[in-house]
Amino acid sequence: MSVNKEKLTEALDKKAIYGEDLNFTSYDDNDTVRIKSTDELSAGGKKKLERVGIELDEAGRSATFVQVDNAAVTVNVKKDTPLVLMNTGDAAKAFPELVEKYWWKAVSPETDKYTAKTALEKETGYFIHVKAGTKISAPLQACVFMGHEDQLQRVHNVIIMEEGSELNIISGCASDPTVENGVHIGISEFFIGKNAKMTFTMIHSWGEKVAVRPRTVAIVDEGGLYMSNYVCLDKVADVQMYPTCRLIGKGATARLNSILVAPEGAHLDIGGKAILEVSGTKAEIITRSISTGGTIINRGLLQGLAEGVRAHLECNGLMLNDKGRIYAIPELDAHTGNSELSHEAAVGRIAPEEIEYLMARGLDEEEAAATIVRGFLNINIEGLPESLEKKITDTLDTFTYNKGM
Amino acid sequence: MLKIENLSVAVNGREILHDINLHIRPGEVHVLFGPNGIGKSTLMSAIMGFERYEITKGKIYFKGQDITNAPVFERAKLGIGIMIQRPPTIRGLSLRQMEGICGATPEETEHMAEWMDLNKFLDRSVNEGFSGGEIKRSELLQLMAQKPELLLLDEPESGVDVENIALVGRAANYILNSATAACGKACDRPCCPHNFKDVQVNPLGKSNRSGLIITHLGHILKYVPADTGHIVFDGTLACSGDPEEMLSCIGQSGYEHCIHQGCRRWKK
Repeated sequence: MSVNKEKLTEALDKKAIYGEDLNFTSYDDNDTVRIKSTDELSAGGKKKLERVGIELDEAGRSATFVQVDNAAVTVNVKKDTPLVLMNTGDAAKAFPELVEKYWWKAVSPETDKYTAKTALEKETGYFIHVKAGTKISAPLQACVFMGHEDQLQRVHNVIIMEEGSELNIISGCASDPTVENGVHIGISEFFIGKNAKMTFTMIHSWGEKVAVRPRTVAIVDEGGLYMSNYVCLDKVADVQMYPTCRLIGKGATARLNSILVAPEGAHLDIGGKAILEVSGTKAEIITRSISTGGTIINRGLLQGLAEGVRAHLECNGLMLNDKGRIYAIPELDAHTGNSELSHEAAVGRIAPEEIEYLMARGLDEEEAAATIVRGFLNINIEGLPESLEKKITDTLDTFTYNKGM
Repeated sequence: MLKIENLSVAVNGREILHDINLHIRPGEVHVLFGPNGIGKSTLMSAIMGFERYEITKGKIYFKGQDITNAPVFERAKLGIGIMIQRPPTIRGLSLRQMEGICGATPEETEHMAEWMDLNKFLDRSVNEGFSGGEIKRSELLQLMAQKPELLLLDEPESGVDVENIALVGRAANYILNSATAACGKACDRPCCPHNFKDVQVNPLGKSNRSGLIITHLGHILKYVPADTGHIVFDGTLACSGDPEEMLSCIGQSGYEHCIHQGCRRWKK
């Protein structure tokens, strides 16, 4: 890795632009391996994995990666599946030429203390490489699991999708039910080649006091499609992320969907950024957020750097409790006269006439409100494989709206 | 079926309706005429129990039960079904799911959607991007699923093109008179039992439902036989009588003139 250690060490003190500054010293930063396989996970832990879309029997999945704390415990590719899945650290040793080309090329390691920390320490995470023209229908599942209290978890993921390749990924992140505190840092670098297609569905279910700092950049080349879906319904103390897509080839498309619920005590600072660098690129960022007492800061930026780009940003929020806060900050930044950038933002409560409409069809007030909330969260995600769509719907089904919350 | 006694209704503290008396017997269909903004929709909303409409005096009985203070969903469950003029969009809730909420089985939904030419709409969010006519058809589809014993229709023909008025009218008639819905020239498409693809499927088998319909132009009356008409004026039911006669009188000389001229004649 061609990183400048001195500069990186300096960057360890660099606060992130957004989010509360975390102090690493109050967390347990070691690479001790306590759990060697998923069999050793607690029953509650296994349940959590299920909740975030990870099938431990690996049925219907093309490959499985599980990281517990700072160690990869499962790296399985189904027989005859033409993809490479490895622990990022092992991949770095095996493919120095790829390291030159891809490692820390989408995300700068000096971005902030979280990227610097990850770049300086032993590397764990998933490396996925799909060769040109290879289309894999069954989803790959990747799980990052926090197994013990006060863990500082670092993850570095690299995905290379070569020209014309296709892959669906379910990324489930969770912590053991016994874990209250911890820090998760996840650096993800995605390279979507020409006409390649990748969907990335991430479901989070962390401990109530866990802090989460993902740093994700996807680079999409000509005709490529990157679809990201993020679902966070369970209480988590503090998530700050601002995933970015750079669309660098003609016709490249990015779609980012987020479904967020913030109960009291949760602070979600979630953004989405699309940089449309060349003409003919398209992006769509859609967020549905619900506060049942917590805070949601919903950032969004569409940056049109070239002629003939088209992008839309939509952040809609529902306040179900007087205590919460939803702060939507949509930004449009057009650098040429010929770009079509739009945004739509609305924050409000459930409209009483919608409740009455459903009551007139026979639902009581609570059922009506729950139905409206479910509908609100139900983003119709175009082109999502059925199994992934079902996973999202199933996850939404577990969310019940309680008027008294 | 429905009995309203000395009912006064206020909206935002202002009394809109004063001392209304209305009795709809089982199987009867009544029509409300009157200028815009006079309180016709207010009366319907008060019968349904919508929150904005405060009952300041009087009683509403449905099937002998005092429902004056009953919540909306209880009235719906007792058998009152309403089509309001501008229903809200429920994003993310498909019309198919809504049909389930209203009480239709998946098979019934498929059949009825076909009658109402709404198959393509079943998986769209309720009312999202629907045209005026599509909204009315979707509302009637929901009401078919609900199988109400008292049907409240607020201007069923507003915003509906000529071609679809027949469909809307026949659908309303089917809900009211499902067992005997008129066939022949008035029924060449949906809502006629003899015209069902599968004659066995007649979800609204039972007949003799009651209705209250608000109409301006009366087109709906070509498809739905009505028993009694009322002119709502100055917050009261100014007079009652034969709906066809009333409609032609209103068409010729306007509401006010018609009340002075005709009411005496119509009063029984």
